[in-house]
Amino acid sequence: MKNLKKSCIYLLLTIGAFIMVFPFIWMILSSLKTAAEVNSIPPTFFPSSPTMENYTYALEKAPFLIYFRNSVIVTIACVICTQFTTILAAFAFSRLKFPGRDLMFSLLLSMMMIPFEMLIITNYQTIVGWNLVDNLAALIIPFTSSVFYTYILRNFFLSIPDSLYYSARVDGASNWKYLWRVMVPMAKPALVTIGLLNAITCWNSFLWTVLVTNKTENRTLPFGLYAFMTSSGIRYERLMAAATIVVIPMIILFICFRKEIVTGVSRGGLKG
Amino acid sequence: MIRRKERQSGEKLTVRTILEPTLFLAPFLIGLILFTVYPFINVIIISFKQNYKILTGAFSGFGLENYQAVISDPYFLSGLKNTFLYMLFVVPIATALSLLIATMLNGNVKCKALFQTCYFLPMVTSITAVGLVWKWLYNYDYGLINYLFSLFGIEPINWLNNPKYNLPALIIYGIWNMIPMTTILLLAGFQNVNPQYYTAARVDGARSLRIFFRITLPLLAPTIGLTLIINMITASKVFSELFPLFNGNPGAAYSLYTVVYYLYDMFFVKWKLGRAAASAVILFLIVLVLTMIQLFIQRKWKNY
Repeated sequence: MKNLKKSCIYLLLTIGAFIMVFPFIWMILSSLKTAAEVNSIPPTFFPSSPTMENYTYALEKAPFLIYFRNSVIVTIACVICTQFTTILAAFAFSRLKFPGRDLMFSLLLSMMMIPFEMLIITNYQTIVGWNLVDNLAALIIPFTSSVFYTYILRNFFLSIPDSLYYSARVDGASNWKYLWRVMVPMAKPALVTIGLLNAITCWNSFLWTVLVTNKTENRTLPFGLYAFMTSSGIRYERLMAAATIVVIPMIILFICFRKEIVTGVSRGGLKG
Repeated sequence: MIRRKERQSGEKLTVRTILEPTLFLAPFLIGLILFTVYPFINVIIISFKQNYKILTGAFSGFGLENYQAVISDPYFLSGLKNTFLYMLFVVPIATALSLLIATMLNGNVKCKALFQTCYFLPMVTSITAVGLVWKWLYNYDYGLINYLFSLFGIEPINWLNNPKYNLPALIIYGIWNMIPMTTILLLAGFQNVNPQYYTAARVDGARSLRIFFRITLPLLAPTIGLTLIINMITASKVFSELFPLFNGNPGAAYSLYTVVYYLYDMFFVKWKLGRAAASAVILFLIVLVLTMIQLFIQRKWKNY
């Protein structure tokens, strides 16, 4: 009886897991098939003669390498800038004492519920006004401050004992030095989590990229993929190859850092 | 030595206690004010400006004209309806399925890491890229879903080109998309349930189903409530999913507008900024109400 129940659970879990990953498996398998095989009835599961043709086609017809480079630049720049502002702000909100600190922090927290979609109109005008349309900087600058990440890091900083701070101060370390020499190394797990969540959001960002980039050479991967679909027609084996190029880096990142990402998401979900 | 002394006693000096936090907060606050606070206030102001022109910034006066136009616009109303229907189907179904998955994953199963990887993967991948895969699965002639249907003798469904089936297609994709995050949030909730309850129940000889309904569900109620609200907020902003599925259009017959798609359409396609701003404010009000409910739930269940 107990064994039967156990096998039932495993069966259900396996079926569910299969449904969840199936689109990814199907994407990769389809990308390796020829046009004739993709459009055959009944469909074959494994490609009968795997080909890399669709990948070479996608890379030739659309500058996916440039999209890839742009995505990497934007993601890394975004993560670095956000980490910097987040570390400083989280320190101020957890360690420094100034009038109105807690009131200000709760005000900031209430800002988390402003949907980003609401801000695009004015932010677009700002970017136009600064002449940054079609500039990668436009994909980075608006996203350097995050209340959510500051909130996570502040809570982590608060868990670091006060005694450490006072002994460092007695030894003559300034706040600045204490932050970078003691707190930041200690907060590494929290920083990794924040960085990963931020990188995922950045990499997948779509709406804002559509608004502020026009020229091909400034697109990032998701928009590049969408443009590839509208420009080169619906040929699924090619589209699946292009989609694989976009998705694989995040899959690798997730497999390597599953625990950290899951911890981060469990604190309040992914934004964007 | 003298400088060190100055610094220690410096905590009382007002200039320093004000200046230092300001410097630490400056990079963060500048970004936040420029790209969150200012646009938030500005969009509310624009929503009340009549005949607002994006290029010159000229407008003819303040009034409720934009709101009247938006509320009587059939596209907006259909967007509101579709968003609501999407929420109504995706949120409960995704949450129920996630609860089942989380319950099973929380038990004593082998290969947890492998299962987690499978269940959580859709969370980190681009909606645009995965949307294309779903577009392929939904394909009328060669898509796998219709092929599987044909094996059971079901007539093929024109998911993407028949407006009748556009919303169901979006909903199925939405459920698949929402399961990973919901499962993670629920699993985190399980961590807070004291395992002694289960031990006690087992000693008393309670059966699994009974344990689930009598112990797990009541103790998990606050987490489930929160998850439902977070999911409703996410669902109220449904937009990016439409692009890959319907080639950037809101459904095959322009019948699948959502609130955010309407906002995007008014802003970036039709350049009616006033209306775009008004719909943005309405979106904010929806999220605000949901967040208030969330805070209420959190406060009410705090003493659990």
